[in-house]
Amino acid sequence: MEDFFNDIASSFTKTFITDDRWLMLLKGLGATLEITFFALLIGLALGFLVAIIRSTYELNLKGKKSKSAGDFVIKVFNVICNIYITVIRGTPMVVQLMIMYFLVFASSRDGMLAAILSFGINSGAYVAEIMRSGIMSIDKGQFEASRSLGFNYSKTMVIIILPQALKNVLPALANEFIVLLKETSVAGYVAIQDLTYIGNLIRSRTYEAFFPLITVALIYLVIVLILSFFLKKLERRLRNSDH
Amino acid sequence: MTTDNDVLIKVENLEKSFDNVDVLKGISLEIDKGDVVVIIGASGSGKSTFLRCLNRLEEPTGGKIFFEGTDITDPKVDINLHRRKMGMVFQQFNLFPHMTVLKNMTVGPTKLLKQSKDEAEKNAMALLERVGLADRADAYPSQLSGGQKQRIAIVRALCMNPDVLLFDEPTSALDPEMVGEVLEVMKSLAKEGMTMAVVTHEMGFAREVGTQVVFIDEGVIVEQGKPDEFFENPKSPRLRDFLSKVL
Repeated sequence: MEDFFNDIASSFTKTFITDDRWLMLLKGLGATLEITFFALLIGLALGFLVAIIRSTYELNLKGKKSKSAGDFVIKVFNVICNIYITVIRGTPMVVQLMIMYFLVFASSRDGMLAAILSFGINSGAYVAEIMRSGIMSIDKGQFEASRSLGFNYSKTMVIIILPQALKNVLPALANEFIVLLKETSVAGYVAIQDLTYIGNLIRSRTYEAFFPLITVALIYLVIVLILSFFLKKLERRLRNSDH
Repeated sequence: MTTDNDVLIKVENLEKSFDNVDVLKGISLEIDKGDVVVIIGASGSGKSTFLRCLNRLEEPTGGKIFFEGTDITDPKVDINLHRRKMGMVFQQFNLFPHMTVLKNMTVGPTKLLKQSKDEAEKNAMALLERVGLADRADAYPSQLSGGQKQRIAIVRALCMNPDVLLFDEPTSALDPEMVGEVLEVMKSLAKEGMTMAVVTHEMGFAREVGTQVVFIDEGVIVEQGKPDEFFENPKSPRLRDFLSKVL
């Protein structure tokens, strides 16, 4: 029995204390959060843009002849957005990451930048589809009421449609953020020392699998729980208007 | 009797087709200041499409619409500026569900007419007072009854200080006991001289406050006239047939 506790104490020490390995884990967590945060920003910006282009096309131009140069530009952009979404959703994240690192960033080998960009671009495709479905789910009457007051198309989008669409898709968006956080665990493929990579590194140095891997899993879980908590709160606040 | 100066909206030979189906086949109509034009017709006759063409929520495929002397079917015209002067009330109310009643009413004036928040809220409260809903200013649309929603929709349009109000079947989605309260508001507006174009099935309203009644069938105006004459002596067989069904 005593041996058992000694074993645990020793593997705990090896995993966390020796060589300041807890600090490594902390740094790994830092890298994971950094990638997630910046990829999230890129994903949101890209996703919103693509969603607005795609829904503008669907609402106004689908199946119609373009009447102006502007219409034509939107049609071209819509095709580009479609290709982007199809390619991103049709290929594995790890492959996209490696293409970004080994091909696009071949000369600089800046792993962090490659990872942020490629996770951001990946997330953008999913955010775009979520937002588009949100925009398309808003009743046509909302557009008409806004336009009848004299708001132009873009003000209608910003003031009337997007706030409602965002509220409707918030659970789906929250889910996408959580998926993004967890997907960054493949960043080790391009030599980034993120949380998962460090956990695995400690495992290979100490020949102890239990503590490093379970710790890593718990850290992801805790972050996801914190994220869900705040998003639930936000959702409740936005829901004020449907009593 | 009227001079050209009194004409607010002049529609010339308006046409609209959807995918090769002709919905409006050349409609001409003049709406003078202070007119209450009631447009009736069977469903599918094109009456709603006609109304929605007036502020180009539907793009006409032919003809011209002059609003205050400007041809608003001209693609070079900034339709948004003219829409500010043409309030619209919808069958399904279309209040903005994410905004309070007060915000619904002030969003247009503050963002488009550059009114200050205080000024816009003062106007809005005065209008709410008038329709007996001042105590609902901070409510969200989902907390209101249908009749209340429609009264809010009317005063929301009024907040923009429009020169004409377009009503697209404003009472058709209401429970019967709520129709009266909405019609009362519309009647009082008409009495004050508000110019209105109303698509409705409320023949009582047409008779009582209409200055001109228009019967549209199969995309053309079949008959139009003053309400008394129109309802007492319908000339065309199609109108007689329609009236016999709805009266």
